[in-house]
Amino acid sequence: MTLSVSHVSWSAGGTEILRDISLTVETGEFLGIIGPNGSGKTSLMSLFAGLRKPRSGVVLLDGAPIGSLSRRDVAQRLALVEQQADTGERITARQAVEIGRTPYLGPLLPWSPDDDRIVDAALDNVDMTHLAGRSWHTLSGGERQRLHIARAIAQQPEILLLDEPTNHLDIGHQISLLDLVQRQELTVVAALHDLNHAAMYCDRIAVMQVGCLVALGRPRDVLTEERIRDVFGVDAEIDVDGGGLCHLRFRTQRSHARVTAVRPANLSATGGR
Amino acid sequence: MNRALQTTGRTGAAFAALAVLLSALWMGASIGETSIPFSTVAQTVANRLWNAGYPLEPIDEGIVWSYRLSRSVIAASCGAALALSGVVLQSLLRNPLADPYLLGISAGASTGAVSVAILGVGAGYLTLPIGAFIGAILAFALVSVLALKAGRGTAAIILAGVAGSQLFNALTSFIVTKAATAEQARGIMFWLLGNLSGVRWPDAWLAVPAALLGLVVCIWHARALDAFTFGSESAASLGISVRRTYFVLVGVSAMMTAAMVSIVGSIGFVGLVIPHAARMLVGVRHGILLPASALIGAVFMIIADILSRTIITGQVLPIGVITALVGAPAFALILAQRRERA
Repeated sequence: MTLSVSHVSWSAGGTEILRDISLTVETGEFLGIIGPNGSGKTSLMSLFAGLRKPRSGVVLLDGAPIGSLSRRDVAQRLALVEQQADTGERITARQAVEIGRTPYLGPLLPWSPDDDRIVDAALDNVDMTHLAGRSWHTLSGGERQRLHIARAIAQQPEILLLDEPTNHLDIGHQISLLDLVQRQELTVVAALHDLNHAAMYCDRIAVMQVGCLVALGRPRDVLTEERIRDVFGVDAEIDVDGGGLCHLRFRTQRSHARVTAVRPANLSATGGR
Repeated sequence: MNRALQTTGRTGAAFAALAVLLSALWMGASIGETSIPFSTVAQTVANRLWNAGYPLEPIDEGIVWSYRLSRSVIAASCGAALALSGVVLQSLLRNPLADPYLLGISAGASTGAVSVAILGVGAGYLTLPIGAFIGAILAFALVSVLALKAGRGTAAIILAGVAGSQLFNALTSFIVTKAATAEQARGIMFWLLGNLSGVRWPDAWLAVPAALLGLVVCIWHARALDAFTFGSESAASLGISVRRTYFVLVGVSAMMTAAMVSIVGSIGFVGLVIPHAARMLVGVRHGILLPASALIGAVFMIIADILSRTIITGQVLPIGVITALVGAPAFALILAQRRERA
C-alpha cells in the first residue's frame, strides 16, 4: 500500500493554498506534518484522503490516481480522522464506531456477526469497551477522539490519516492518544501541532510553510534551531538524547523582557511611573 | 442462529407494522359523522376486491369505499411520504429543523402545480404533478444557493427556507389572483391549506406508488444516511459518493413532496415532527428509523384526517389545520430542546 502526491497544487477562492508538493508515504511509517496555522496541513490531508481534487498534479494510491478509484474502494484502504468531528444525533459510543463499517456494507450486504466482532475489537483496542453504551454527547473530548480512532480502525484501513488529532485535549490524553495510534500496525500520516510530539512519535517529519514543503526527513535532521526560527518565528533549544530523540525547549520574546525587567535601574524606572 | 433470530425479528416487525397500518385504515373507514361498524367495512372491502357479494346498504358501501377508504389510503401515503422526506432532509443537511414545508419545497411545488393548472404552462405536455416536481426542485435549488451565500449553518438554511416559502407563496397568490376565476380561486385557496376533500381512488394511483418508491429508495440508502452522522466530509471518507447521494435523495424527497402537494396541497409540520417522534421511539439508525417514520407518519395522518372530519359537526376542517395545531407546539419543543443542549 503506497500513498504519494506528486507536484500537487491546490487553491481555494483564488488563493493558492498548496504549491507544487511532492511526497511519498513509506509503508508502515509514522509521518508527521508540521507547520504554522494556515500553512496548508489540513488541505494536504484532504488531498491525501481524496476529498479534494488537486488543481494540478496527482495523488496516487497504489499507483492509481485516487480520483479514478471509487470512494468505497478508497475507504477500505484509507481512513481519515478529522479535526473534532461532532454530531447532534443522539448516538451511542458503539454506534459511532459501527459507522466505520460503512465501506463494507450496502443494501445487499447487511450487517453481519463479523462486523460486530470487528467493532468490539476496535472498542477494546482504544480501551472504550466499558463506555460503549454511553450516549455521545455525555462523553469528554478525549473519549470522543478515541472513538473516532476506533471508528477508523473498524474501517480496517492500511493507512490512517489524522488531522490534528490531539487538539483541545489535555496533555495526558494527548500522549495516550498518540501512544494508541503508534501501537497500531498501520501507516500513519498525522498533521501535528506539538513539535515535541512530532519528534517523539514520528519516523519522518514533513515541514510546511505557506503552502510549500520546506523540509522532509528524520526528526533530528529536520528539527533544527534555524528552521524552527524560520518557519515558526520562535527561538528553540534542541537537545538530542542518547537514543537520538529530539527535545525542544522554546524561548519566548518575553523571557528576554523578564530578564531586563528585574534590573534595578528598570525597576526604579517602572516604579517611578 | 443469532442471524436467524434477527431475521425472524425483522419479519415479525414488518408484519406488526402492516397490521398497525391496516387497523388504522380500518378505523379511518369506520369512524366518521355516521359511524359504520367494522364488520361492514370488512364486507365492503371483500365485495369490492373479491366480489364476495355480501348484501349491504349501497349508501354505507359507497361512503366506506368511495369516500372514507380512499381518503385514508391517500392520507397514509401522504403522511409516510412527508415523514420520509423529513428524515432524509434532516440527516443530509444535519439540521433538526429541516422539512419540506419549512424549506419552501412545498411552496415551490404549489407554485409549480398552480402554474400548470391555471396558467397552462407546458401547454398540455406537463401534468400537474410534474409541474409540482419542477417547482419543488427549483425551490430547493434557490433555498440551497441562498443558504450557501448566507454561510451554511443551521439557522442560515432555515432563514433561506423562510425567504423561499414567502417568495413562492407570493408567486402562487399572484398567479391565482391574476388568472383564476373567482370559483377557481376559492378552490385553490382551500387546497393550499392542505385538504383531503375531493380526493378519490384515481389519486391513490399517484400517492401510493410515490410513497412506496420513496420508501424503497430511502431504505436503499439507509447506510449512506448513517454515514452522514459526522458530516459530509466524514461520509465521503467512509466511501459514500456524497454528490450522488445528495442528488438521489433530495430528488426523491422533492418527488414525494410534489406528488403529495399536487393531490392534497401543502401540509406542514408532519415532515418535521414525525421523524423526531420516531427517533425517540426507535433510535437514530436509518435502517429502522426510515420505516418507523413512514409508519408513524401514515398512522398520524389517518388519525388527523378522522379528527378533521369529526371535530366540528357538519364541517370538514382542512387537514393542514390539524397538523399545524399539533405540529407548531412540537416545533416549539424541539427549538427549546436544542437550546438546552447547545
